[in-house]
Parts: sequence; C-alpha cells; structure tokens
Amino acid sequence: MTLAFEKRKTVSRTAIVVVPVVSFVASLVLTGALLMIFGANPLATYAAMFKGAFGSGRALTETLVKAIPLSLTGLGVALAFRLKFWNIGAEGQLTLAGVAATGVALFWSPWLPAPLLLPVMVLVGCAAGAAWAGVPALLKTRLNVDETLVTLMLNYVAILFSEFLYYGPWRDPKGFGFPGTRMFPKEAWFPRIAGRAHVGLYLALVAAAVLWFVLNRTRWGFELKVIGNSPKAARYQGISVERNILLAVLLSGAICGLAGVGEVAGISRRLQQGLSLGYGFTAIIVAWMAQLNPLAIPFVAVLMGGLLVGGDQVQMVMGLPSSIGLLMQGMILFPMLAGSLFTEYRIKRVGGQAVRESETGAV
Amino acid sequence: MKKTLSVFCVLIVALATFGCAKKAEPVAAPVAVEPYKVAFIYIGVPGDLGWTHEHDVGRLQIEAAFGDKVKTAYMENVPEGPDATRVIRQYAQDGYDMIIATSFGYMDPMVEVAAEFPKVKFIHCSGYKTSDNMSTYFGRIYQARYLAGIVAGKMTKTNIIGYPGAFPIPEVVRGINAFTLGARSVNPKVQVRVVWTNTWYDPVKEREAAVALLDAGADIITQHQDTVEPQKAAQERGMLSIGYDSDMRKFVGDTVLTSPVWNWGPYYVDTVRKGMDGTWKSEQYWEGLSADVVRLADFSPLVPQDVRDQVSVVKQKIVGGTWDVFTGPIKDNTGKLRVNEGAKMSDGELLSLDWLVEGVVGKVQ
Repeated sequence: MTLAFEKRKTVSRTAIVVVPVVSFVASLVLTGALLMIFGANPLATYAAMFKGAFGSGRALTETLVKAIPLSLTGLGVALAFRLKFWNIGAEGQLTLAGVAATGVALFWSPWLPAPLLLPVMVLVGCAAGAAWAGVPALLKTRLNVDETLVTLMLNYVAILFSEFLYYGPWRDPKGFGFPGTRMFPKEAWFPRIAGRAHVGLYLALVAAAVLWFVLNRTRWGFELKVIGNSPKAARYQGISVERNILLAVLLSGAICGLAGVGEVAGISRRLQQGLSLGYGFTAIIVAWMAQLNPLAIPFVAVLMGGLLVGGDQVQMVMGLPSSIGLLMQGMILFPMLAGSLFTEYRIKRVGGQAVRESETGAV
Repeated sequence: MKKTLSVFCVLIVALATFGCAKKAEPVAAPVAVEPYKVAFIYIGVPGDLGWTHEHDVGRLQIEAAFGDKVKTAYMENVPEGPDATRVIRQYAQDGYDMIIATSFGYMDPMVEVAAEFPKVKFIHCSGYKTSDNMSTYFGRIYQARYLAGIVAGKMTKTNIIGYPGAFPIPEVVRGINAFTLGARSVNPKVQVRVVWTNTWYDPVKEREAAVALLDAGADIITQHQDTVEPQKAAQERGMLSIGYDSDMRKFVGDTVLTSPVWNWGPYYVDTVRKGMDGTWKSEQYWEGLSADVVRLADFSPLVPQDVRDQVSVVKQKIVGGTWDVFTGPIKDNTGKLRVNEGAKMSDGELLSLDWLVEGVVGKVQ
C-alpha cells in the first residue's frame, strides 16, 4: 500500500484554515532547530519575541506600525493574485506613491488649503500607485506580456527614481548633504493614534472591509471571481476579461500606494532612505497566509509585523546575528507553499496492486 | 484524507514540544547588583573589519574595564531612518542606561527618543544635534587622512588615486579634502577620483566602486566605507591601497600601506565611567591625533623610510598644535580660492563642509 495525491474537486475548507496555522507552527519548529544549532533556547527566544512584539503598549504600537503597510500591500497583492495576476510590484507601487505624496506635501503645501493637503496626498499617492501597476496591467492585457517580470523590474525603477530625487533635486538644502528631503509641514502629517501608529490603521481596516464586500457581495466581485477561476468561462459569459483585470490591478496598485502615503505622512514625515523595508515583498507572504481573504489579511499583517518587531529581540536578548530574524520570515513561506498542496490535493491510499501496475506502466 | 492531515499535525506538535522541551532550562542565575547597561546601535556588523568592527572593539574595552559592573549589548544592521527609532526606543524601554548610536543617520531618531527618556544618556557619533541627555562625539580623522595622503602622494605612479565614498556629507568630504591636500602637498600632480556609493556598508557596491576606479587608472585605492572590500579589490589587481577605520593591513596584507584608524576605547570607557558615577554631561566631543582617538596605523614594509620620516614631521606639527590640515591657501576644484593664505578653517566651517578641494575629481551632489 502506498499514498498518492489526487486533485480535489473543490478546495478543502478545513485545509484553508489548517494549512496556514500548521505552516506557522512548522516554521517555528524549523526555526527552533536553527536556534538550537546557534545555541539559543528556542522557547526563551520565542517568549522574548512575543514580549518584544506584544508585551507592552509601546511594543504593540510598533507592531502596528509594521502591520499598517503590510496589511495594505497585502490587500493590494491579494486582489491581483485572485485574478492570477502576479503583482509582485507592491514595493514599487508603495515607493512611487510615497514619492508622489512627498511631492504634494513639499511643493503644493504653500497654496493648497491645509485641510485639503492630506486628502490630496492620499489621492495623488493612490493614483501614482495605480499608474505604476497600470503599466504591467496594460502590457499584460494588450500585448500579453508576462506581468511577473514587469512588476518586479518596475520595483527597482521606482526605488531608484525615489533615490534620485532625495539624493538630488529634492534633497534638504539644510541637511548637510545627507540624503533625504526636508520635513513635511505639520499639515501634511498623518495624525498618530498611539506611539507611532497612525490613522493609516483605520484606512487599512476600512480597505479590508470594503475589499471583502466588493469581492463577495457585488456583481463586479462575482465577475472577478469567475475570471480568476477561468477566464474562458468568463468570456463565454460575456464578461470583459481584459477590462476587469485592468481595473482590478489599478485598484491593487492604488491600495499598495496607500501604504506608501502612510509611510511618508505617518512615519518618516519626509522622503528618505528606509521608506519601505521590503513591505511590498513581505506582503506576498501575508496575502498567501491569509489565503487571499481580505478579512484575514489585517490579522496576518499584525502577526507578521510582530515577527519583524519581535525579531529584534533575537538580537537584543539572545545575542544572535540579525539575519536570524529575516531567516525566520523566510521559514514561514516554505511550509506555506508546501502546505498549499493540501488545499488543492488530497492524499489517497493506493492499493499494492494498482501501484505495481502503474510501475510497470511507467517502465 | 483528514486522518493523514491530523497525523501530520500531531507529528509537528510533537516535534515542537520535544525540540523545545530539550532546551527549556532556565538561563543563568540573576546577578546581585544591577549592572550599568550600555547598548550600541550598529549600521553594519562587527565582522565588517572596518567601521563597526572598531566600535565593537571599543565596546569590548568597556567590558574589560568594568567587568560585571556593566552589561553591554548591540544591535547590528540597523537601517538609518525611521526604523532606527524603534530599535533605540526599545533599548531605552528595556532599561538601558546609555545608548550609543554609531552612524550619522541615527541622529534624528535619537533626538526623538532622547526627548522621551530624559534619564537615559544618548550618545551619537558624527552628528551635530545635542540635548540635555544627548551628546555627540567624533574624531578628527581628517588629520590622519592628511598623513595617509602624503604616503599615497609619494607612492602613486599613475598619479590617480581612487576614493569610493559613502555619502557626500561633511564628514566624508572633510576626509577626501584632507587626504587630497596631503597627497598634493608632496605631489601636485595627484588626482583623487571620487565615486559615491550612497551606502556605508555594502561589500558588493564598495568593491564595484573600487574596480571602476582601478579601471580608470588608479593605482592606489583608499575609501570612506565600512569594509575591506575596496582594499581587497586593489590587491587582486596588484595595486596598493590605504585603509580606513581599522588597521586593514592585518586583514588584507602589506599592499595596504597604512590606515587612518579609530581608537574609540578610551572615549567609551571614560564616557561610561562618567555615566556610572553621575558626572556625565552632554557635550560635543571632537578630538584628534593628540587625544589618541584617531591614529595612523603602522606602515607596511612597502613604505620607504623617507616617506615615513616626512609623515612623522607633519604629524609632530599637528599633534603639537602648531599647524592644522585646513590652513590656507586652499582652492576648491573649480579653481575658486576658498581659504586665504594663512587663514584656518573654523570647526563650524569644517562641520558643514560642502565643497571639494583642488585635485579632487568629483562633485558634492
């Protein structure tokens, strides 16, 4: 007797919940083994990490600071992923939106009425994120160019462009030559809720709820679902596949862009190095762990944010190299990807007879 | 099948419990007296053999000096910018008495956290902002750079010296200018070519910049970066180099003629002692060769005696205070006279230096 994989007719509901949880636990075990190799006590390390991420009011706000961009970019990529449009360009969309919002904050603030400044920054930022996502979307829908490469490459274009600006023309003349723009005027700061956690938190929660509603309770959401499952079937039903993909990806870019606006207006209050610390890439892990479910994404984002913030403790308390924290994040994705096998396939016992037959058949 | 999945889960949980339980013994017994806790924020890793390495040597000297009475910790690879705020705040919150941040870009984050924790002492390297509980410290490494420039000026054959620089900020510009002034004091034909990498610590970019400069005809490489990669790149081409931060000859070999080096230990020990006995006061520490916070490392055997003698004469003048590096006449690299004959640049001017001296090929942009 042996085991074989069989494709499920429908995605397993149990597996949808179990796989992310098991993957997370498995990553803890794998990392635990690694920690032991480095001579650290895994339980003590995890306890320190948990305390560092959630153990105090301050720690919690810092975790939220990370969870805000992770949640928004997670929502953005999840929307695109649902259409099997592999937008791995969230980092670039975030960055370009940050640049656009910075432009508004620095150069429009003198003549724009103060109460309008933040809304305009948000709008312009989202538009920039959408435009940046629109390029690969147009290429994909018009010329069938692979979006994975284009979105990935555009990340670097956006990052280098932002560097050009804050090293060059936008550099603070009073900054002693150090790269970075000058501080935004106060009217261009996102209000903070607690610690450094800013109103981007509400925006993220609202975005999650709205996205869930749109995807599950509207006609457009239904159309997107059909396209995601089978573009052919969608066409047969008279749904305009290209137009819908384009719209959805624009929305995806806009949501990722919102994260960038939050980072410049809520955290750094200027454009400088460290605008995004890889949030757009971690977003991919967030989206998959949440199984592309908008309502789950904020929670997963808090978890991943906690991992990033708690990761500091690995160094502070345990004295391990900083790279361990990053390694742990990577360790989560592996079991996740392996685990997704179980949502789409089931394990089936195969009788001895059948195997022998198939073996001979194979030879 | 569900059964298989649950077996899998149980297996994982079992592994987790076993794996963890094995090591779950309590950690060392608590110390009776609470030690003075000092934390360092590093831009790179102590293993860079350069900038961060030297700060870490200083940290270890604190431990050696005070033993059980201090506890030191460090966080490496902390990005400059907003993320540093979190790390600095974390240490403050964890009850550290003194936090030492060793890169320019930690300045604003540190100012922000210092305001929140008035009882904690904040010490920032290379910046210019201070407050009641925040000091700055730095060394006049440009003095040692000038001496190293003399060595390079004497020993270059192509008259082109390559200089990968991190950021066009006053700290780096000062070093480039001093080095160039030194080199041209003995060889007016010298050209110092600068390539900005826009990073303090990135072994790959640092090396690439050095290689580009070697391709452009440089036969000596020096740098304002954190690692030994530029020096290694020069050596692989059979070219010479001048180190920086640490005595890089120890890590690369005799092709490193000498290195302007940091000697943070005495300053750190003194600062921690003042913190412990309550005499610490906010200050702007900026000393040079005479205070031994910066040095010129021992020469490689490749450096001839007459060059050593020449360096020694100038060094005496600097240490004795009879002359300093930035004494006019000094022209910038567009030909404009910036410092009049006999005039000395003030500390204020040096700390905001944003132009390059004659002989430097590059731009502060």
